[in-house]
Amino acid sequence: MQHISVNVDGTQYEGEVEPRTLLVHWLRNELGKVGTVVGCDTSNCGACTILLNGRSVKSCSVLAVQADGASVTTIQGISTGDDWHPVQTAFKECHGLQCGYCTPGMVMSTIDLLGENPNPNETEIREGLEGNLCRCTGYHNIVRSVEKAAELMGGAK
Amino acid sequence: MTETVDTSTPLGRPIKRKEDAKLLHGRTNWTDNIQLPGTLHMAILRSPYAHAKITKLDVTPALSRPNVIAAYSAEELGDLNGSIPCVWPVTDDIVMPDFPALAKGKVRQVGDAVAVVLATDPVHAADALDAIEVDYEPLDAVVDMEAALAPGSALVHDDAGTNSCYVYNLGGGYDDVKAKADVVVKRRFINQRLIPAFMEPRSVVAAPMGMSDEMTVWSSTQIAHVLRVLMALVTGIPENNLRIIAPDVGGGFGGKLQLYREEVLATQLARKLGRPVKWTETRSEDMVATHHGRDQIQDIEIAATKDGKILGLKVDLIANMGAYLQIITPGIPLLGMFMYPAIYKMDAYDFKCTGVFTNTTPTDAYRGAGRPEATYAIERIVDELAAELDMDPMELREKNWIKHEEFPYTTVAGLTYDTGNYEAATAKAVDLFGMDELRAEQKRRRESGDPVQLGIGISTFTEMCGLAPSRTLGALKYVAGGWEHATIRMLPTGKVELITGTSPHGQGHETAWSQIAASILGIPVEDIEVVHGDTGRAPYGMDTYGSRSLAVGGQAIKKAADNLIEKARVIAAHQLECSPGDLEFVNGEFKVKGDPEKSQAIGAVAFEAFTAHNLPDGVEPTLQGEATVDPEDFSYPHGTHLAAMEVDTETGKVTLRKYVCVDDVGNQVNPMIVEGQVHGGLAQGIGQALYEGAFYDEDGLPLNANLSTYLIPAAPDLPSFITGTTTTPSTTHPLGTKGVGEAGAIASTPAIINGIVDALRPMGVTDVAMPATPMTVWKTIQAAKGGQA
Repeated sequence: MQHISVNVDGTQYEGEVEPRTLLVHWLRNELGKVGTVVGCDTSNCGACTILLNGRSVKSCSVLAVQADGASVTTIQGISTGDDWHPVQTAFKECHGLQCGYCTPGMVMSTIDLLGENPNPNETEIREGLEGNLCRCTGYHNIVRSVEKAAELMGGAK
Repeated sequence: MTETVDTSTPLGRPIKRKEDAKLLHGRTNWTDNIQLPGTLHMAILRSPYAHAKITKLDVTPALSRPNVIAAYSAEELGDLNGSIPCVWPVTDDIVMPDFPALAKGKVRQVGDAVAVVLATDPVHAADALDAIEVDYEPLDAVVDMEAALAPGSALVHDDAGTNSCYVYNLGGGYDDVKAKADVVVKRRFINQRLIPAFMEPRSVVAAPMGMSDEMTVWSSTQIAHVLRVLMALVTGIPENNLRIIAPDVGGGFGGKLQLYREEVLATQLARKLGRPVKWTETRSEDMVATHHGRDQIQDIEIAATKDGKILGLKVDLIANMGAYLQIITPGIPLLGMFMYPAIYKMDAYDFKCTGVFTNTTPTDAYRGAGRPEATYAIERIVDELAAELDMDPMELREKNWIKHEEFPYTTVAGLTYDTGNYEAATAKAVDLFGMDELRAEQKRRRESGDPVQLGIGISTFTEMCGLAPSRTLGALKYVAGGWEHATIRMLPTGKVELITGTSPHGQGHETAWSQIAASILGIPVEDIEVVHGDTGRAPYGMDTYGSRSLAVGGQAIKKAADNLIEKARVIAAHQLECSPGDLEFVNGEFKVKGDPEKSQAIGAVAFEAFTAHNLPDGVEPTLQGEATVDPEDFSYPHGTHLAAMEVDTETGKVTLRKYVCVDDVGNQVNPMIVEGQVHGGLAQGIGQALYEGAFYDEDGLPLNANLSTYLIPAAPDLPSFITGTTTTPSTTHPLGTKGVGEAGAIASTPAIINGIVDALRPMGVTDVAMPATPMTVWKTIQAAKGGQA
């Protein structure tokens, strides 16, 4: 077992983990951060996407020990209480989700995408979200949601 | 009756979804989130062989692994090893082999369940699978469907003596009309195997509540109610002691319309061990252990006159059942059987389907379930007939489709379509598409020999939705009915519980059902809680599949609301000292006709019904309305889908440049949700045409059973869609709705392939196999050129 110390959604957590433990499993099973979900075992679906030191990563592709000393933001940490992050608002406004399972990952990837490129065009949005699979929406309204989020966050021209 | 529908009603408006807040904040209740004290985690040892004898199986070494509490094979489980049921024996002489939850002596597909380990955490449960001692003697695998039916084939089920599951015949008379035909076109289409690939992996938690025969089961399922009945029958747990809960469910597409062996095993082991048992699949497990869809060989023949009148159709299917029959495996091709004649008038239709066992994952419902296969074959062959006749493919369709003034129309397959307007949907789609400009560009590219050719794909489809009139299901030997239930309960404070038997998993029922009830009761949408997917709180229902929830469940909500108002009217009349007939109900208030100052709001009536201090004689306290509705008939959404396909003839690369669809789903409760359903369906139908296909090698080993190699479309793989609607209300459904869940998936696949073939037809190409990958398209072009593929 190895000791780790990770800031998750603003709280500093200490833990003992097996070296093989994936970050997503530590978040879900030890911290109860079940907003972040697992959709595959080949790092293709992106449902488990979080921010690690501010950049999006698939938390199934990071070992918990690799997050030692880092800061993690999950879907449960982007807004306080019943408040809404502009990306959350945009996804609701534009019907950018149906079953909602891919949604935490989509939202976290969108936050990173808009951080990089505050005013992406449709091609840039689609390529930016290539690592996040959705089986419900056909992506049409996800693209609209990201466009809307850019507007709400002041990026859109 | 509801006398007045105000134009400010929430019905028909694009109201934002009630479901979204928790989903967007990560405050969801997926089954895998449920952590009960004392839970044992189940891991399953699965067969790596498609077909093999188990020559040695010893689970005891696993018991000495850390944190392992128990391990079982079929032998140790004994009578607790239930058999998984099939509820649709389509013929009297169908072969229905035993499907044990844990394999007995033989494995018949990769992923067949061999043994289970239970440990106090999932990691140690999975680790301990390695300790199980198992030896296999591989047997010849049955993979190819036609070879499976040939004499001398190895057998999937020795006792059956054949790999033929059933042969189903319908119709007759095709040969007579063929004799009169000027043109006969025959094709073989392969409708390839697909994997539902819902985003939330399946998960189940079974927990004894008190003694071992009192069980609550949480499952990521589409069918909480059906599952309860079947679980009771399989396990012997009294149905009244079983509660099934489908918490938040992350997609299904038919893949969670099932009673799975893992659900049975978790329940039986929880019962045996007296502790909660939990199982969540990995994605790679999902892709061999969750049922697949499609997988049919379609021989189809169409006969017509030289001026393009279709005379008849002959369909001969071989449908892959896989290794076992799951809940409605054999019936899937029969749902398609009714739809091959589609929107076309003709004199004769012969249908034959042979179901065949192979050493592959069982097939069952996947978005459309039989109807996409039918639509694909008919829309493809109509294009081929047009080419043979040298007619415009849309002109040929117009010549043969049912005209809007001819409804209701009884098709050659025996269905009566209540309404439709194919002309209107087509005209709108053609307009949105810019057909003339695209045809002109196509001509230019052909004449200039552009390496990138343009094709225009057409699909004018209909489907049968709203499963289903119970008598019809009975006539088809389906063992259950197709009704739906709703209860609307007004609480003392005027808030409302709407209890539905539908079981949503992404469709937005909480929002849409609230809109229906709110519009009738005249109360705010926000005041309604929709209760679903829990047999403890919503005891009656037939669940969600087959685009039935609005078409059937919506009727039940309307009737329940109407019943509630009738009870409330009697109470209100008593309060207002008039006769019930003197009251009109407008915007949530009972008003005395001719004396609008005298009124009582429905919420006030609810409070009177709660206190019961001043009710009329004979009226029971509490205010609720219930209804169980059996649909009068199926509903028949339709639409016209158009695809502009660019095909690089040098590389085989295909690009979907523009996609337009106009769907007629009848009256819409929430057009935003309707549009979203269409988008998602399109992605899955386009996925079948261009990207998806589950394949096996000759030994029955899956070649692409994970999300790295089974390619569901990602965002860059699809364009934005141009969608429109026309509205021809259903006349057999009181809300005039038809259903929309499957439309996009059914219509889009042939539109895409027709577009690719249209682009390449001048080169001599008459078909392209699915998925139309660059390699497949390139080889097709080379073959047409007479070159080496």
